Amino acid sequence: MTNETTTYPDSFGRFGPFGGRYVPETLMSALHQLEADYRRLTRDPGFQRELQHYLRTYSGRPTPLYFAERLSEKLGGARIYLKREDLNHTGAHKINNTLGQGLLAVHTGKKRIIAETGAGQHGVASATVAALFGLECTVFMGEEDMRRQELNVFRMRLLGAEVVPATSGTRTLKDATNEAIRHWVEHVEDTYYVIGSVVGPHPYPMIVRDFQRVIGDETIQQFLEREGRLPDTAIACVGGGSNAMGMFYPFLEHPSVQLIGTEAAGRGLHTGEHAASIAKGRPGVLHGSLTYLLQDEFGQVTPAHSISAGLDYPGIGPEHAWLHDSGRANYVPVTDEEALDAFYTLTRTEGILPALESAHAVAQAIKMAPELSRDHLIVVCLSGRGDKDVDQIASRMGGGQHGPNPTGV
Amino acid sequence: MDRIRRAFERRHGRAALIPFLNAGDPSFEASLSLFRNVLRAGADIIEIGTPYSDPLADGPVIQNSALRSLQAGFQLPHSFAIARALRQEGDHAQVLFTYVNPLLQYTPERFFRDAADAGVDGVIVPDLPLEESGAVREVADAHGIALIPLMAPTSGEARIQAIAESARGFIYCVSSLGVTGERAQMSNRVQSLVATARRYSPLPVAVGFGVSTAAQAREIAGYADGVIVGSAFIRRIEQCLVNAPMELSTLSQCVYDFAQELAVAMQQATRPETMEIRNGEGNQR
Repeated sequence: MTNETTTYPDSFGRFGPFGGRYVPETLMSALHQLEADYRRLTRDPGFQRELQHYLRTYSGRPTPLYFAERLSEKLGGARIYLKREDLNHTGAHKINNTLGQGLLAVHTGKKRIIAETGAGQHGVASATVAALFGLECTVFMGEEDMRRQELNVFRMRLLGAEVVPATSGTRTLKDATNEAIRHWVEHVEDTYYVIGSVVGPHPYPMIVRDFQRVIGDETIQQFLEREGRLPDTAIACVGGGSNAMGMFYPFLEHPSVQLIGTEAAGRGLHTGEHAASIAKGRPGVLHGSLTYLLQDEFGQVTPAHSISAGLDYPGIGPEHAWLHDSGRANYVPVTDEEALDAFYTLTRTEGILPALESAHAVAQAIKMAPELSRDHLIVVCLSGRGDKDVDQIASRMGGGQHGPNPTGV
Repeated sequence: MDRIRRAFERRHGRAALIPFLNAGDPSFEASLSLFRNVLRAGADIIEIGTPYSDPLADGPVIQNSALRSLQAGFQLPHSFAIARALRQEGDHAQVLFTYVNPLLQYTPERFFRDAADAGVDGVIVPDLPLEESGAVREVADAHGIALIPLMAPTSGEARIQAIAESARGFIYCVSSLGVTGERAQMSNRVQSLVATARRYSPLPVAVGFGVSTAAQAREIAGYADGVIVGSAFIRRIEQCLVNAPMELSTLSQCVYDFAQELAVAMQQATRPETMEIRNGEGNQR
């Protein structure tokens, strides 16, 4: 890894101007310690063997690279592959990171972990590794998200985790993260904070990216085996952006591969009800790092909106902010409606229910593919499965009515 | 910056009372009046809080206060307006408290220029640790404003030394782990934190986070140069608002009474003679 981009962040945790550690002094020693522990353990062959063991035998890696033949045929253009992160244990890519950070907690002698969660996928993945490694676990979740994702709340509780509602602010992922950080400030000496995305103060964006890069590493290997070459385009949805960063990172040294992140455009960029930090935000500090942020003139954070709780976040990982500014990756908006259409389309053409988050990435492939030739290879990171969203979709459909289906599939 | 030094010096070795209130809570006019009342009751330095949507270092009491202020229409320039109005009335010391994002959005250059124009003496930024503070401190220095650093019980000796060496105005020691809010008991670790800070800086050392009673303030006044009290004031404001919404005279009275109670208690603190001399020396700087 000699490429300049791939050696970020620098020693201050900066990706270009983005990132850093804007947190209360109480946390600074813990962050320095975490960075030192991480750098030591990540070079430790024993730690790596243990992590690989769990990824393989517990989570089911490598996840398949699936050629979505019927979807590709229907769209009549580029060939679309799906990286099946939804087939991981617990149903999303989140476990790649929680297994890694859970082992960090164990190896640094912590008995207790905390986590924030939006859609509940990271909360479930954290509660799962807590059960696996015999750790206590508390998950902070916005009250609004607990309502939207009741099933995941129940799963976390079954796994033995305590779920604490975040009742401040917009009662979504942003506020759950605030509460988790506040809790960590108080319990920093005996608690490991498992951040679920490539956000937060340094070294978290780096750690989460490194644990998620297995997505992109496998994808490259699988493409070389299947097609004898790399894909032309990789697409992933971006809230905080951990599945996207995991997919993109190994491709950074392959400039021929176009990288596209899909931001949640909610009810439309013109409505103000969206979560498109790059399209509509400007650089600011949220949760300890400088990044694109939805905010008003005076720097008050403005509420985000997305149909998917996992993308409902006013910021974005600082490395994405840097990839955007440097032009290496493109970030495009996808609305609630477009994501829902993609959900139905993928479900009916391929028999795969994507998470509403992942449906934002599928939607972009559906938009692009017809304009491209059959030689063009697209890989979509199917970051999670949609079972958790079935209730929400049912209630939107008005109890069994057919939903919108403009693609006619 | 000079006014901060003089505020501590005027105490002649006794600890300074530093009340924190959020600007604009419950309204711009009411909060201006509350600041006047704590000054009248004997506050030595006032800390003017800038309400923020995502106050990471604050507990529920100050969070709710920020929310009330924002809902009443608070915007950052209101903090400067309050400082300017109070400055016209006296030469007390006053510092602004703000999270880093509003400061960055306003731009440090404009922020410190307007703060200096408004008669602000120092600025406290709870989410701007040493590693991130260099550029901001440079601008603050250029405008003669002290960037007051925080130290925590988790700060190791090397960090304490580094923070102390770049400190301006005074040093703010966080009494315990956690966010702002009243605590029944103060951690005994803060006393050793204060002692360590003194080894590396001649500046006054104040203690805040969690101070809820006059007895606690008196105890801290026994070893620190300043006592910062925030949530305990704001909880009293909250109670008044429940009992008599927007009755300004009641609000003012309860804030005045509590400030006076704290000031009297701190006056009774016993401090070792050596500390007094050392403190006097430090303030020569």
